[in-house]
Amino acid sequence: MKLLTTFRLTAVLGLMFIASAAIAAGGDKYVEEAEIDPGNINSLQRGAANFMNYCSGCHSAKYVRFNTIGDHLELSEAMLVDNLMFNAEKTFEPIRSSMDSDDSSRWFGASPPDLSLIARSKGADYIYTFLKTYYVDPSSPTGVNNVAKGLNAMPHVLWELQGFQKAVYETQITEKEDDEGNIEIVETEVFVGFEQVTAGSMDAEDFEDFVRDTVNFLAFIGEPNRADRRRIGTWVIIYLLVFLIIASMLKKQIWKDVD
Amino acid sequence: MAKIEAEVGKPKGGFMKWIDDRFPFTETMKLHATEYYASKNFNIWYVFGVLAFVVLIIQLVTGIFLTMNYKPSAEGAFASVEYIMRDVDWGWLIRYMHSTGASFFFIVVYLHMIRAMLYGSYKKPRELIWIIGMLIFLVLMAEAFAGYLLPWGQMSYWGAQVIISLFGAIPVVGEALVEFIRGDYSISDITLNRFFALHVIVLPLALIGLIFVHIVALHHVGSNNPDGIEIKEHKGPDGVPLDGVAFHPYHTSKDLVAIIIFLMIFSAVVFFAPEMGGLFLEHANFEPANPTATPEHIAPVWYFTPFYAILRAVPDKLWGAVLMGAAVMFPVFLPWLDRARVRSIRYRGWMYKTALTLFLISCVALGWLGLKPAGGGYLLAARIFTVIYFAYFVFMPYYTTIDKTKPVPERVV
Repeated sequence: MKLLTTFRLTAVLGLMFIASAAIAAGGDKYVEEAEIDPGNINSLQRGAANFMNYCSGCHSAKYVRFNTIGDHLELSEAMLVDNLMFNAEKTFEPIRSSMDSDDSSRWFGASPPDLSLIARSKGADYIYTFLKTYYVDPSSPTGVNNVAKGLNAMPHVLWELQGFQKAVYETQITEKEDDEGNIEIVETEVFVGFEQVTAGSMDAEDFEDFVRDTVNFLAFIGEPNRADRRRIGTWVIIYLLVFLIIASMLKKQIWKDVD
Repeated sequence: MAKIEAEVGKPKGGFMKWIDDRFPFTETMKLHATEYYASKNFNIWYVFGVLAFVVLIIQLVTGIFLTMNYKPSAEGAFASVEYIMRDVDWGWLIRYMHSTGASFFFIVVYLHMIRAMLYGSYKKPRELIWIIGMLIFLVLMAEAFAGYLLPWGQMSYWGAQVIISLFGAIPVVGEALVEFIRGDYSISDITLNRFFALHVIVLPLALIGLIFVHIVALHHVGSNNPDGIEIKEHKGPDGVPLDGVAFHPYHTSKDLVAIIIFLMIFSAVVFFAPEMGGLFLEHANFEPANPTATPEHIAPVWYFTPFYAILRAVPDKLWGAVLMGAAVMFPVFLPWLDRARVRSIRYRGWMYKTALTLFLISCVALGWLGLKPAGGGYLLAARIFTVIYFAYFVFMPYYTTIDKTKPVPERVV
């Protein structure tokens, strides 16, 4: 009994220590949840259209072929050619940017990144927040700034839809005690929300859906086989379960004579 | 003609005799399977050796298929991995099995090592098995490290940059050594090519050779058991240990059940969570390597993070690297640091039990801390757990000598 108590005590102390360390080093960024639905084909189809209309002018998705999109999103070859393939001839071609990368780095200071894997490297929530949180900032060369990423080379390409908004920051005053016991007043700017400056062609809700569909599509092209993998995985595990029952029976039979 | 036939004679035992006259097949099978006796009271801790072997096979087979489509060049590596993921038939499955297999290799090997610590499997006469095992662990770390560079993502590049630069802390020869390892002034196409050679030829060969020797040594002295007693000391009239059962079919049938349960867990990860929330496949590695943009936070894959946390806990680069090396190498000396008269944790006193518990907690804590940025509370915690980690080994001769042990039974319970 005594031993068990010692055990538990040490374990609990260790865990408490870890927890306190975790709290000590907090600090988080502003992120909104994308709430995408990878199984919603209509959302993905709209996302594909959004991507080709608003993103592919500058961004490539060079690992993604049009026929892969067609296969997974139930789009016929004719639909691909008519609605998505603005700068491609054959359906096996990948999504190329319409802008030359030398030009873009001269114009913007940086080439727009390839978006094939952007949802896997940055996460859907981040992209969703990024696309929604452009705000007016006269000191920026593009006239806008971004809450999620900060100042960057990308202009507010969705301004037509969203309109322009202003970020509202509040000054928060906190008292902090330093090592010598002196109380120091720290002022920090905290982001609290947006204020619409000019209206766009969409209201806030429609724009949210627009961004959500686009992010859903970006998540899809990050791993087009995701749905297949989950479907096959279920059968693999069912198969192993059957195999497990047979193997356990075999084991029981063989071990019968062992006391 | 007739005379020759009479001399040679018709083979009497059929095909198997023909083989056995030329190769010791039946004899080997008896020695290592049907007449290799291991204790009948093996518990779940005893399946991880077999599981490590299963993972090895998974890695070798999937590795061969990956090699058929992978391009080992700075220009083409990243794109070829995406080609495998998207355009090669079943390529995504093969790649996910290989990347998940890397993490599972370490999971089962770590559990396999904990088993040895729980039941004193490293103690006399199994010291060599333990040392060979530690060599396997070292080669496995090198294999995983080399493999991680191959996808040529941001973390591949910068992780390698951080670890290789550690050699630069060595006085006098440091910088030259770093250049020798990289083969260039920075990590480049040349580094990638040689790491590919190491990953697919040199290290797997070393691994297979060492594993062979590991098993030969094990079968020479016999397996330990959860009671830590020698089953060979109590044999029946037929010379078979009374508490032993044959490896085949008894342990093989038991292992088969374990293998299937393992494959179910493995498949759950491969098919439903191959990234494991960024632990098995780091998010930043889906960005191609960019030598001009250092990521703000560089963390190795989870299986290296306990050692990485120890490295960062020391303010000096050289001593940090020395301490990290010591953390990896210290377990080698366990057979001589452990002075207890009993092997198994079942018959040890409270001191060893507490020490092992604290050690395992500090391993997990260091692993977690290695994923976090080094600073403030994290750094302090890493330092405390580093001290506990080393205290386990350094004070072992002392506490295992004075620790009160219980009497060990004659036969397995």
